[in-house]
Amino acid sequence: MNKIGRFGEFGGQYVPETVMNAVHELEEAYDKYKDDPDFKAELAALYRDYANRPSMLYYAKHMTEDLGGAKVYIKREDLNHTGAHKINNVLGQILLAKRMGKKRIIAETGAGQHGVATATVCALMGLECCVYMGEEDTKRQSLNVYRMELLGAKVVPVSSGTCTLKDAINEAMRDWCTNIETTFYCIGSVMGPHPYPEMVRDFQKIVGEEIKAELMEREGKLPDCVVACVGGGSNAMGAFYDFIPDTSVRLVGAEAAGRGINTADTAATLSCGSVGIFHGMKSMFLQDKFGQIAPVYSISAGLDYPGIGPEHANLWKTGRAEYVPVTDEEAVCAFEYLSKTEGIIPAIESAHAVSAAMKIAPTMGKDQIIVINLSGRGDKDVYSVARYRGHNIENS
Amino acid sequence: MNRIDKCFGELKAQGKKALVTFITAGDPDMDTTVKTALEMFDKGADIIELGVPFSDPIAEGVTIQKSSLRSLKGGTTLDRIFAAVDEIRKETDKPLILMMYLNTIFVYGTEKFFSLCKEKGVDGVIVPDMPYEEREEILPEAQKYGVHNINLVSPASHDRIKRIAADSDGFLYCVSSNGVTGVRSEFKTDFDEFFGLIKENAKCPCCVGFGISSPEQAKKMSAYCDGVIVGSAIVRIMEANGVNSPKAVGEFVKSLKDAME
Repeated sequence: MNKIGRFGEFGGQYVPETVMNAVHELEEAYDKYKDDPDFKAELAALYRDYANRPSMLYYAKHMTEDLGGAKVYIKREDLNHTGAHKINNVLGQILLAKRMGKKRIIAETGAGQHGVATATVCALMGLECCVYMGEEDTKRQSLNVYRMELLGAKVVPVSSGTCTLKDAINEAMRDWCTNIETTFYCIGSVMGPHPYPEMVRDFQKIVGEEIKAELMEREGKLPDCVVACVGGGSNAMGAFYDFIPDTSVRLVGAEAAGRGINTADTAATLSCGSVGIFHGMKSMFLQDKFGQIAPVYSISAGLDYPGIGPEHANLWKTGRAEYVPVTDEEAVCAFEYLSKTEGIIPAIESAHAVSAAMKIAPTMGKDQIIVINLSGRGDKDVYSVARYRGHNIENS
Repeated sequence: MNRIDKCFGELKAQGKKALVTFITAGDPDMDTTVKTALEMFDKGADIIELGVPFSDPIAEGVTIQKSSLRSLKGGTTLDRIFAAVDEIRKETDKPLILMMYLNTIFVYGTEKFFSLCKEKGVDGVIVPDMPYEEREEILPEAQKYGVHNINLVSPASHDRIKRIAADSDGFLYCVSSNGVTGVRSEFKTDFDEFFGLIKENAKCPCCVGFGISSPEQAKKMSAYCDGVIVGSAIVRIMEANGVNSPKAVGEFVKSLKDAME
């Protein structure tokens, strides 16, 4: 077995031969630059001046009082430039792409947040950008489609398969196979072939590092629990990674259960999935007994993915992190709750983490601390939540 | 002896090139698959690849993607494909290969899969989403049951060609140009350089595929190596002809074979 890029039994490099050389080139470039002082300084400056890092921890007083348990802190990744954690990873990858001499960037996107972040950084760096997005998602997230076009990117609606995130990834991989010599594939999550899961995690781990540093300063201790939503799992991996050795810290990933884990309309990979090999990695996937990848469903286009990053699969298998399903209904309730309680409209993806925290916090002591990673802001989701609640507002 | 090795041995003795043809198993139905496969062998195909449909075929162009979906809608499973292999094996002893995605083998059970390949008479597998470095995923079981794992190389393989070509069985699948499967109007690859590197290192026959769609292209490309692989062009004929495909496909295969003679 190829041991490169493995997390326990998960990970690997299961890609077509045509892209294998590019994967190796990326591996070499990443190894070369990840500890390079100039690269790190340039990235740190962009994080600070362009992305508005560090994002701050907000003590959610009303929520803490209302839930009656642990102190609730909210990590405000929603206040980053472009409105989500995705920018952390994209800045890193595009800086790397520039050093590799690549002129064309491709990306997949589900909710549109990664696509917007990629289009943004390509505009900043003067690179050609092409974003693949499931046709279904272009309808659910038309605001983000226009936003990407405004930033100068070409958005390609993907009408194969289920017309969602996994199909956008399929099409981006096909593009990569075809334009391998000129094109850099900027993957948006901790998934795909090695080195992506490790590299994307490294670009996101600043989230957990900042949580730890700020809490130590303000509370003088570690959190007792960190909660994040999980689709592919990049914001969760970023929030969890620095706490993995701190075994007193409970790590909880909130999966999208859609209409429920006992229905076919779900995207809860760890609750309902099994081991498979797809999209470059061995990991957990929602699939049928013949290994055909399942059509998945969630109200959240960003969590609507039939797999999960291999490092999460390993954290789950080894028991270091736990993963809980959150339904559409629970996520929408949490979306409304955080809006009314704290005046923060969360992304519907992040609302899954809020919901999980709403269940966990009351079971914890008042001297304990729970941190919710609020991965993105919810402006983009107002229309779909209104529609879910039966309100007819114009999608403009 | 594996039927693929036997086939190339015989072709070499006759100074001929191999014609390898592809159809998606179960498109439009399994009965047509069996009839079309037998007709292709009858009209000059030396080796047939049966595509095992996968929900998300990332290495395929639109033609084979659509074909895979049609097949899956019809309820195609690996067990039904093995049953079709049984039918084909009643009539012919020519080599059969399954072209399939790794997850299908993994979820079916690698040991069980290759033991059935041997039992039913499948001589090789092509797994487009399993690069050389990950071959241990299936190689021990494939070798145990005498089934060839067909390696692929492409123009983007560069230096990797040497290592892969020197360590291949059955035949080496040479991808004509970077990209996914599907018809191409022209090739931008420098074939002299590409096949030069391949032939210097290969210990087994080499066949070229991806984008070969006409007798003229088949003739031209066969000059570079030991055989040509034609897939999407045949699948397009099947898309147009449905259950009436065997005759139309047979005529096309004959035109390819005649051009290569």
